[in-house]
Amino acid sequence: MTDASMTNLSRPGAPEASFGDYFALLKPRVMSLVVFTALVGLVVAPVPVHPFLGFVAILCIAVGGGASGALNMWWDADIDAIMRRTKSRPIPSGKTSPGDALALGLALSGFSVAVLFLAAGPLAAGLLAFTIFFYAVIYTMWLKRSTPQNIVIGGAAGAFPPMIGWAAATGDIAIESVLMFALTFMWTPPHFWALALFVKTDYGDAGVPMLTETHGRRSTRRHILAYTVLLVPVALGLGFTSIGGPVYLAIAAVLNLQFLAGAWQLFRRSEEQAEADGYAAEKKVFKISLGYLFLHFGALLIEAALRPWGGSWQILSGLFGA
Amino acid sequence: MRVEHELHHRRRGRNLGVGLLLVAFVGLIFGLTVVKTLSLGSIVELERFDHVARPQLVPQAKEAGQ
Repeated sequence: MTDASMTNLSRPGAPEASFGDYFALLKPRVMSLVVFTALVGLVVAPVPVHPFLGFVAILCIAVGGGASGALNMWWDADIDAIMRRTKSRPIPSGKTSPGDALALGLALSGFSVAVLFLAAGPLAAGLLAFTIFFYAVIYTMWLKRSTPQNIVIGGAAGAFPPMIGWAAATGDIAIESVLMFALTFMWTPPHFWALALFVKTDYGDAGVPMLTETHGRRSTRRHILAYTVLLVPVALGLGFTSIGGPVYLAIAAVLNLQFLAGAWQLFRRSEEQAEADGYAAEKKVFKISLGYLFLHFGALLIEAALRPWGGSWQILSGLFGA
Repeated sequence: MRVEHELHHRRRGRNLGVGLLLVAFVGLIFGLTVVKTLSLGSIVELERFDHVARPQLVPQAKEAGQ
């Protein structure tokens, strides 16, 4: 073994990346939400899927999501180096090079789309390709640094997985999959802005426009309420489609009442009131929003699990002798 | 005397990871092939993947033979 083989020739002085560093480029925490919502989209679809094909489809959606994360880290390496939250990511911390992230992102994008095409057909593969393009190009490269509505646009990319899962099972787009998309899409802004109200971010230092900084906190509170009001009919509407039912509707009614009441409280509060109690209401709404999405998709899974017994409407009418 | 550098541990871990991923990829494609093949409706559909020309798959050829 020579000395030359013990140094990183592409970046002299920099340590060589480990397997874990490459894995970190895929944003594994974001991947978990992608896997869960895609799995629900696949399972609640009315067409049964072979378990192995279902596994491959979910794997491809997760890898595709990870690939777009790597492309995002490649492009955003300059601002990641400025912000506290992202400073320790593999590129700004010097563990991997931007070129490595770009290569990994492109290779995994190609892999995930090609294998999903083989496993689930052209629509699911096309939707995955569009999602990667949307997140990496439309959001990361174009709109993230140019509009304070960047969270809304980024939310669209995160909302596609249940639609891809549904398309993998049925080969089609339906009102159910569009509403699952809309649920995640409308949920993202109030969820993120509630967090932005009580966490001091340094997006401004990095030149990324955030609503709290460009339009002020009063406007952010208005935006939270507006998006929550628009979210409610989407969430409840899903309950009246073929994948909904009384169990979903009951859970959704409670969650939406809670979320709406929280958003209304945030709208009514002044900044002085929020500061006085240490942003207690803002933290509470953020907590509610965390459970909100998980429990909605969980309720859809319960409805799907009840299908062998005729579905929850059938069970309910049986219980009450209708 | 042979001294093991920390870098070698990291490289070994990375190479092992890539190796396992490649094996998993082979398994994935093999599994896909098996599932897709077994889910075909009839033997005629399976023969479509054969690179040998099979006149019996063409209805006109079948009729001409009768």
